[in-house]
Amino acid sequence: MNWIFEPWPWYVAGPLIGLLVPLLLLIGNKTFGISSSLRHICAACIPANIPLFKYDWKKEVWNLFFVAGIATGGCVAAYLLTNQGPVDMHPKLAEELASYNVNGRAGLVPSDLFSFNSLLSLRGFLLIVGGGFFVGFGTRYAGGCTSGHSISGLSNLQWPSLIATICFMLGGLIMANYILPLLLAL
Amino acid sequence: MKNEETTTNTADYQQRTLDSMCINESQLKHPWWHNFKYLLAGSLLGIIFYKAEIISWFRIQEMFRFQSFHMYGVIGSAVIVGIISVQVIKRTGVKTIYGEDIEFHPKSFNKGQIFGGVLFGCGWAMTGACPGPLFAQIGSGAMVVIISLLSAIAGTWVYGLLRDKLPH
Repeated sequence: MNWIFEPWPWYVAGPLIGLLVPLLLLIGNKTFGISSSLRHICAACIPANIPLFKYDWKKEVWNLFFVAGIATGGCVAAYLLTNQGPVDMHPKLAEELASYNVNGRAGLVPSDLFSFNSLLSLRGFLLIVGGGFFVGFGTRYAGGCTSGHSISGLSNLQWPSLIATICFMLGGLIMANYILPLLLAL
Repeated sequence: MKNEETTTNTADYQQRTLDSMCINESQLKHPWWHNFKYLLAGSLLGIIFYKAEIISWFRIQEMFRFQSFHMYGVIGSAVIVGIISVQVIKRTGVKTIYGEDIEFHPKSFNKGQIFGGVLFGCGWAMTGACPGPLFAQIGSGAMVVIISLLSAIAGTWVYGLLRDKLPH
């Protein structure tokens, strides 16, 4: 049972995630997709007469149960199913981050960037608030995220989802390699 | 009764199926607690997200710097298993546990997949999380990510506000 406490390799995690596609279809005809939950929250809390949010969100409440489950699962895994030490990473990444004074390796998110203290710094604010905004705006503009396009869409061989996935990667490459270094240096 | 309900809800149905997300329309009525099965499915996903370090900011940075195969392996093998599963479902015509036909809906292309895709990619590299991992990071105790999530909800809302003015 020791394996359960170690980090899981990609060839275990990937196929399990892939199986969620048929699982959700079989238990209720649902398409695997997560970013739509953000839209349902808008529709439930702040519809403001905007056409995109004027619909009966209660019919999609399964999706909110689903994301509540994701948070629950993250909690269970972090507190019950882990005994991992410091995160290991590629030496070049460690070196690069150290040069920006990003050293916290205790959790899966670096505490030097993602903490309430860091929120008050310019770079922390940009990453936490700005990054979150891009995630919400971009996924809805693209009509889906990694789950809706890259997993569900590609599983059903939808070429618009392939284009979206390529653009996700392109945006990430540009940000991580060319813009993020400038932000981390702030 | 069933038929009457489907016709009166057509407008609402079209609205919800915009972007062909959240589209599967079950005509069956279930008590609300049936939704707990999705909570369970979500929990499985949350555990996988954490245990395979898919919610790790460091793993996402490695992915975008081509320093690790891990994330490519996760997404690639998930897609392969997904494609096989969808093909099996389509060819066997298997039904849901409630006996309904399983529906698939094509996605139509618009420029939003390009512009929105690049913007989301930027956000993914900044927060180290796509929408699912945001929820899992919060669950795992990174409480400040609640601010990222609220900001993501605000981003979705602003998109809704500007939708007509943006190129699609």
